[in-house]
Amino acid sequence: MKIHEYQAKEVLRQFGVSTPRGKACSSVDEAENGARELGGAAWVVKAQIHAGGRGKGGGVKVAHSLAEVREHAGKILGMHLVTHQTGPEGQPVRRLLIEESAQIAREFYVGMVVDRAAQRVALLASSEGGMEIEEVAKHAPEKIHTVRIDSATGLTEAEAAQVVRAIGMPDVANAEAVGALQGLYRAFVEKDATLAEINPLILTADNHVLALDAKINFDDNALFRHPEIVALRDLDEEDPAEVEASKFDLSYIQLDGDIGCLVNGAGLAMATMDIIKLYGGSPANFLDVGGGATTEKVTEAFKLMLKNPHLKAILVNIFGGIMKCDVIAEGVVAAAREVHLNVPLVVRLEGTNVDLGKKILVESGLPIISAGNMADAAEKVVAAARG
Amino acid sequence: MSILINKDTRVITQGMTGKVGQFHTHHCKQYANGEHCFVAGVNPKKAGEEFEGIPVYASVREAKQETGATVSVIYVPPGGAAAAIDEAVEAGLDLVICITEGIPVHDMLKTRYKMQGKKTLLIGPNCPGIITPEEIKIGIMPGHIHRKGRIGVVSRSGTLTYEAVGQLTELGMGQSTCVGIGGDPINGMKHLDVMKRFNEDPDTDAVIMVGEIGGSDEEECARWIRDNMQKPVVGFIAGVTAPPGKRMGHAGAIISGGQGGAEDKLAVMEECGIRVTRNPAEMGRVMQKVLKG
Repeated sequence: MKIHEYQAKEVLRQFGVSTPRGKACSSVDEAENGARELGGAAWVVKAQIHAGGRGKGGGVKVAHSLAEVREHAGKILGMHLVTHQTGPEGQPVRRLLIEESAQIAREFYVGMVVDRAAQRVALLASSEGGMEIEEVAKHAPEKIHTVRIDSATGLTEAEAAQVVRAIGMPDVANAEAVGALQGLYRAFVEKDATLAEINPLILTADNHVLALDAKINFDDNALFRHPEIVALRDLDEEDPAEVEASKFDLSYIQLDGDIGCLVNGAGLAMATMDIIKLYGGSPANFLDVGGGATTEKVTEAFKLMLKNPHLKAILVNIFGGIMKCDVIAEGVVAAAREVHLNVPLVVRLEGTNVDLGKKILVESGLPIISAGNMADAAEKVVAAARG
Repeated sequence: MSILINKDTRVITQGMTGKVGQFHTHHCKQYANGEHCFVAGVNPKKAGEEFEGIPVYASVREAKQETGATVSVIYVPPGGAAAAIDEAVEAGLDLVICITEGIPVHDMLKTRYKMQGKKTLLIGPNCPGIITPEEIKIGIMPGHIHRKGRIGVVSRSGTLTYEAVGQLTELGMGQSTCVGIGGDPINGMKHLDVMKRFNEDPDTDAVIMVGEIGGSDEEECARWIRDNMQKPVVGFIAGVTAPPGKRMGHAGAIISGGQGGAEDKLAVMEECGIRVTRNPAEMGRVMQKVLKG
C-alpha cells in the first residue's frame, strides 16, 4: 500500500525524524490559510499524488507571497500531473502539501528496502540526493553505501554514524543525521514497510537535518495489524478496477491490451498474458482468481473485465487443482449469463474434473470456444479478438 | 530415489485441524503412501484429539518425540505461520514446508534470521508444497497429474508448476520430485538449493526450472548451473508482459528499480546454457527434444 508524502512525513515524525513544517490541504483557500499559519516569507506548494517525479512534471512550485501560493495552488490542484511513473494520461491532483521553504545546503539520499538476496533489511545511502537511486546505481554505484541490518540489533548508532560520514554529512550534523536514520529504520520495521525513502534528506544552511521528501510503501500482508496505516489509504489514487477487485479478493491489474484473462494462480496468470503476446495479441489485464474461486468471484471477475471499453475477447485459463473444473465451468456459465457477455469467450480447462467441466460448458448452449491446451487457447483468443 | 522426501518420510501437520488443513491432509493421506506418512498434527488447544485417525499433539516437539516424524507441513493462517515455522525449527525438524500465503515480510525476515545456523530446511511460504510422485505428496497440488519418473521440477508458482507437470505427464515423462518454492520475496530454499539436490540425485535425469519476475534467484541459479550442473535444464520465466512496479499476485513478483524483469532473467539463463522457452505451452516439448539430444 502506498501513501502520500505528507502522510509519510507524519509517520516519520512519530519516529523522531524532523521535516519542514507543513499543512496538507485540498483547496486554494486552505492553501493560503495554511501558508499564513506557517508564516515566513516563502513556501513550497507540492502536489500530492502516489507517484514520483512530481517536480519535473510541474507539481512542485516555490511561492514568495500568499498571492503566489494561491496562484500555484490553483494551477496544481486539478491538473493531470504527468511523471515518468504515472503513464501518459497523468494523475489528477486532489491534494497539496504547503511547506515552509527550507534553506538547502546539501542533499542526500537515504532509503530502506527488503534485500531479498541477503534476507535482511538494507539501508541505502548516497551523497546524490534528489536523484533517483536507480539512476545513481546505474551511473555511479560507488556512491551508494549499503548496510545490511542485523535484525537482532537493529541499525546501531555506530553503523548509522559510519554511513552518515561516508556520504559526506559534516560532523556538526552527525548526531541529527544518525537520529534520522535510526528513526527511518524503526518506522520501517514497526510499521511493516517494504520501502521507505527520504529523498532528499537535507542539511540546512544552519546545519540541521530534515526530510524534505518522503515515501513509504507498506506490506499489504501486514495491514491486518496496522489499522492506523489502513486509515491513510487514498482510494482516489488507486485504479478503480483494482480497488473493486480487491473487495472480492481478486488480484487484478489493468493493462493496455484488448484480451481479458481470467486465470487461477499468479504464475499461470502471468504466463497466460505472455502467451497471448507470443501469439500476436495483447493482454487487457492480469487477473488471478486464486485457489478458492466461487461462482460469485468468477462473476465479479467477468464484470471487471467487461468494464474495460477496449475489451475484444476473454480467455479463461484454469488448471484445476484444489479448484475443480466443474465448479469453474459453472461459474463461467453463470457469469456469462448474468453479465450478458458481448465478446468472444475462449475457455481452457485442465486438471481435476476436467471432463465434467467441459460438459457443463457445452451443455450451456453459450457460444464458448473451447481450447485443448494453452497454445490452442492463445491462438483461438487472438483470432477471436481480431474478429 | 528422489530429493528431500520419499515414501518413508514421516510428516507432522501444523494447522491440521483448520478447514484448509483438514481438506489437504485428507487428500495427502489418500495419495500413494500417505496413510503411513502423515502421522501427527499439532494444535495446543486440541491435543489428544484426532483427525481421520491422525493424533493431535500439543507441540511440534512432542509430535516429533512421539512419532519420529522429521518433516512438517504448515497450513496455519498468516498471522501465526511464521511462529509455526519457528516452532518447527526449534524442535529440530529436517524440513518444513509452509503452504500459508500472506505472511508479513517482516515476520519472515525475523524467522529467517532465527534459522541461521539451524539444520532445518524451509520450503515456502506461499507455495504448493512438494511431491515425489507415487510415493508421497505434501501440499496442495493435484496428485493425479503426476507420474513417477526422472524429471525434476522446481518452480516459484503453483498452477504454473501443474502446467509444467501436466505437459510432462502427457508426453510420457514422469517426475522424480516436484518442488514449489513459493512466490514470496523472503523464503526458504531457492531454485539453486533445489537444483543442487537434483544434480546429485541419481534418479533425476533433467530439470524443468520455472521462474517469474522479481528478485534475482533465477540468475544466481543459472550461473551455478553453468559452472556445475551435469544434467540438462529447461527454463521458463513468467511475466515478460508484466508492467514494472506492479505486484503480480505473488508478493515477490514485482519488477522494482529496473531489476527482476523476465527478459533479463531469460537472457542470463540462455547464456548459462539453460534451454529456455518463451512459450509456457512448450515446456514439456522442449524437455522432450533436449532428452532426445
